[in-house]
Amino acid sequence: MKRKNVIILIVLLVVALGMSAISYFGIDVPEMGWNKTLSAQNIKHGLDLDGGIYVVYQAKGQDGNVINNPSGEDMNAASQMLRNRLDMNGWTDGEVSIEGGNRLRVEIPGISNAEEAIEGIGQAGILEFADENGMQIMPIEGGGQIAVRNTEVPALLTGSNVSNASVGFGDQSNTGKNEYYINLEFDSEGTELFKNATSANIGKPLYICLDSMSISGPRVNSAITNGKAVITGTFTKDEATRIANLINSGSLPFSLEAIEHQSIGATLGAEALNTSLFAGVIGVALVFIFMIIFYRVSGVAADWALVIYLSAELIILNGLNITLTLPGIAGIILSVGMAVDANVIIFERIKEELAAGRTLRLALENGFSRAFPAIFDSNITTLIACVVLFWLGTGPIRGFAQTLAIGIVLSMFTALVITRYIIKGLVGAGVKNPKFFGGK
Amino acid sequence: MDIIKNKVIYFAVSIAVILIGIGFMIYNYSEGNGLFNLDIQFAGGTSIKVEKLGQEFNNDDISAIVSEVINDGCQIQRLESIDTSSGDTNIGFSIKIKNIENNQLSDIKNKICEKYNIKDEDIESTSISPTISGEMQNNAIMAVVVSCIAMLIYVSLRFRDIKIGSSCIIALVHDALIVLACYAIFRIPFNNSFIAAILTVLGYSINASIVIFDRLRENRRRLGSKNSADIMNVSINQSMRRSIYTSLTTFFTIVSLYVFGVQSIKEFALPIVVGIICGTYSSVFLVGSLWHMFDSFKKDKRQKA
Repeated sequence: MKRKNVIILIVLLVVALGMSAISYFGIDVPEMGWNKTLSAQNIKHGLDLDGGIYVVYQAKGQDGNVINNPSGEDMNAASQMLRNRLDMNGWTDGEVSIEGGNRLRVEIPGISNAEEAIEGIGQAGILEFADENGMQIMPIEGGGQIAVRNTEVPALLTGSNVSNASVGFGDQSNTGKNEYYINLEFDSEGTELFKNATSANIGKPLYICLDSMSISGPRVNSAITNGKAVITGTFTKDEATRIANLINSGSLPFSLEAIEHQSIGATLGAEALNTSLFAGVIGVALVFIFMIIFYRVSGVAADWALVIYLSAELIILNGLNITLTLPGIAGIILSVGMAVDANVIIFERIKEELAAGRTLRLALENGFSRAFPAIFDSNITTLIACVVLFWLGTGPIRGFAQTLAIGIVLSMFTALVITRYIIKGLVGAGVKNPKFFGGK
Repeated sequence: MDIIKNKVIYFAVSIAVILIGIGFMIYNYSEGNGLFNLDIQFAGGTSIKVEKLGQEFNNDDISAIVSEVINDGCQIQRLESIDTSSGDTNIGFSIKIKNIENNQLSDIKNKICEKYNIKDEDIESTSISPTISGEMQNNAIMAVVVSCIAMLIYVSLRFRDIKIGSSCIIALVHDALIVLACYAIFRIPFNNSFIAAILTVLGYSINASIVIFDRLRENRRRLGSKNSADIMNVSINQSMRRSIYTSLTTFFTIVSLYVFGVQSIKEFALPIVVGIICGTYSSVFLVGSLWHMFDSFKKDKRQKA
């Protein structure tokens, strides 16, 4: 019996040490490409910790009013256009996401003071069709060449002549193989212009340019008179979608208005991270000491479970690829203070049971089981608050809701299950004096 | 401790704090500063923040830089924080400006960098268009209302007792009012963190009340013969140590965030600190008495009928 309990304790000790080691050092398995995988250093940081810029754009109609329900297709086109511009500016780490139907959030880590550049990113796309005369060949840095619009020569058609671009799948080139292609449809003026453009350029490429850069340069096979064209090439589905979106972005029915932007200096982000980690260490250390002073052996068990809880939280954040923000760190730290609540409720219960003259075994049993409803109900209400916050909050604040919610669920598990095993193990291993558990 | 008997004192303390808060709001309003210190997220505008200037500064110098670029006034706030690596005090400032174009913002930032010999990386700037600040306010109100309703539905279902639900809602409104009073008294910038702070406080407060009502549920089965005031008192006192200890551990973590954190964390932590105090207070001193009042009110009615 004693031996079994000692084994349980050793296993739990290994779990605690192992999980802390993983959350700190990570796992290195070079064969699988794992380099410090699951290490806390690998957790994705939000802009508020690393520095960078974010901008939120909102769809605005020509009359200046907000457009509440733009089509998903148009929003995808706008999003692709923004992503394209990020790449053109060399901000390849940048991310674009659609928010709430009519907004686009652009995040670019690692830059600061780029208000003017940001303004450029949200401008309306200029889509033009040009033949070889309207293009010039420019060398690219590091070798190669690229076709760029020569703006001195007027464009053959512009984005406003395109009524729609979409992706199709089928055998368009009669090769007996299905492939992805792009459908182009023009309005009546566009049909006429496109007819002229294609008849004058048979056998030659016709370039489609967005913001002066060529996005596609298909060869004209024959004059197209009905205003419906197909671009083939060995496209993957993603490539075809990307080009179709970019073409559509040249004729968006709305413009993008920057309604919110923030630029956080890199040193500020680092400062925010360091100070919060420092605050976390102090706060958590105080909680650890408090538990040992007031609950002795039970306190040690609670701290032990807390170590498992903290490393599990970090590993889960990592595994689910959740972005850690400044309020998110606050959520983790705060959750430690709240996590011991379950233990406090249990331990107080055990004390009472001991004071009422129960044996240690029964007191521990009753302590855990009678405290359960209170712990469960009270955690659910905090969880409700987190869900609402995640739903209605924006930006980094949602990180707070995420880490706090994960913390609540996890800490309920560690407090109820892990602490229980540790305490049972300790008692079984011979730590039997009720004084250690708050008795007199 | 006979809490039910002394309820008048506890109610009076709460009401007094709320009134002081309202007094501050009225005072601020009459001074033309608005009920609250609305941050740009709720009012629209631009803020420029430097946490670590590395030297003293003069408000006039900063106003001069701003007025050189735009023809508009600005609000300047001094920021102080502890440097966790050296233990020194970091001095900084935040500037709030109503309407500004992006190129003007760049201009001001460059001038600040030149003047104080700092880099772009040391500056944080945020702009919020007034078109969405209204929406953010609505979101904040909605968050409070929705989560209160959801928590109350849960509590009422679990305890099957409308008196418990009603006492909890009064306690929640009380906590929300005290947190608002705290925002008004300390002029904490009213921004997005408000939603997070108030929801944390409400969740925490109702959590503490539940622990007490859970005891009540159990004690009523055990001590059914005693009168409800006694049972409530016993329940509160049995949970007293838990109420204090849990507030303490939560306190350790949130206060250390307040002491060592950067400005935005301080602004977020302070209302939570206050909220935890008032949440614990309301669950220990108010909900029990409220429940008892509802309980005896119902009994009186039954006796009359």
